[in-house]
Amino acid sequence: MAKLFNLTWVFMLLAILAVGGGTAVLPAMQHMTVDQFHWVTKSQFRDIYSLGQVAPGPNMLMVLLIGQKMAGALGALVVGLAFFLPDCILTLVANRLWVHFKDSPWRRAVQHGMAPVAIGLMLAGTYAIARLSIFNLTSMLIAGSIFALLMWRHINPALLVLAGGLTYVLLPHVLQHLLPH
Amino acid sequence: MNDAIAAAEAESAALVPLITIFWTFLTAGAISFGGGVVAYLREYTVSDTKWLDDEAFLDALEISQTLPGLNAINMSVIIGDNLRGIPGALVAVAGLVLPGVIIIMGLGAVWQEESHNPQVKMFLTGVAAAAVGLLSTVTLQLGHKQFVKPLDLAIIVATFVAVSILRIPLYIVLLVIGTTAILLYRPGASHESLEERTRHLRERLRHRRYIGLRH
Repeated sequence: MAKLFNLTWVFMLLAILAVGGGTAVLPAMQHMTVDQFHWVTKSQFRDIYSLGQVAPGPNMLMVLLIGQKMAGALGALVVGLAFFLPDCILTLVANRLWVHFKDSPWRRAVQHGMAPVAIGLMLAGTYAIARLSIFNLTSMLIAGSIFALLMWRHINPALLVLAGGLTYVLLPHVLQHLLPH
Repeated sequence: MNDAIAAAEAESAALVPLITIFWTFLTAGAISFGGGVVAYLREYTVSDTKWLDDEAFLDALEISQTLPGLNAINMSVIIGDNLRGIPGALVAVAGLVLPGVIIIMGLGAVWQEESHNPQVKMFLTGVAAAAVGLLSTVTLQLGHKQFVKPLDLAIIVATFVAVSILRIPLYIVLLVIGTTAILLYRPGASHESLEERTRHLRERLRHRRYIGLRH
């Protein structure tokens, strides 16, 4: 019961702090779920994040697996509601008030001011995943070449993500055959 | 009297059925592998069904980006709410996440079974490394305007250093840097020139092309 309670408030807090979307809140999520509450280990957090990349729809559905691991289907449900419902309600209210503050100069101030903060947070989220996944030449090569490919032209990211996973599994075998012992 | 009835009938005929909303968002949620959900939503709700025009879509995107939460889900709430009120918002979000929920729970079950399989571990490490490349591109593209503006770049660097290097709790970062950033852009501040305002308009037009081109 205490477990469900903790899952609820942690993910509600993360939902409210998720300015700039899911990536922006990744460092805080890792800190709370790995270091503070020990719900998952560092490598499990990375695995769960990767599973979110492979599934369709919003990648952040991966939070369900943290709940599932802690308290089964009920845990997944609790985490899902805690992480998604607060922002849905907030958006609903904002949408209905939008006509009142659409033209307010302060709305522009919030939007302009928060945009670089959100970008900085996304950078921090990217860095957090990099620290979890880039620790040798192969992983560096995967991240670097996908970055270069996407800067060059638009390719379906799902294909690239799958290619990255397969490369990491297969490349050592390929090299073993190509390189002299 | 007859006019009133005719008007009411016309209005109810124009209401989009909830099941149609659900089905549309379900499709978007099922085929948007690897992110880019917003681009699919635009295709379905603007191009195909014409439920809203580009201008309304960009309004919805602006609200979604300013508020906390995932853009795709916030967008679904707004589009659903504008079409059919709270029930519309509910079925839109439910449709968007349902395919992903089923698949992620399935993947999670397999992952827990295979947690000691080194090949699965390696595959997921490679996926995470690939995600780093993907996230870097997305961040650069989203921030293409901010990275070249000294004030914005300073805010980006300050935020990154605070979170990643100094490990300051996120709520303090948002409170301190967020408030400072909003005050720097307060109405009438010099950073908000007339030139800026026209650029904002131009940006919106470019943004429109961007979301149209993404898929």
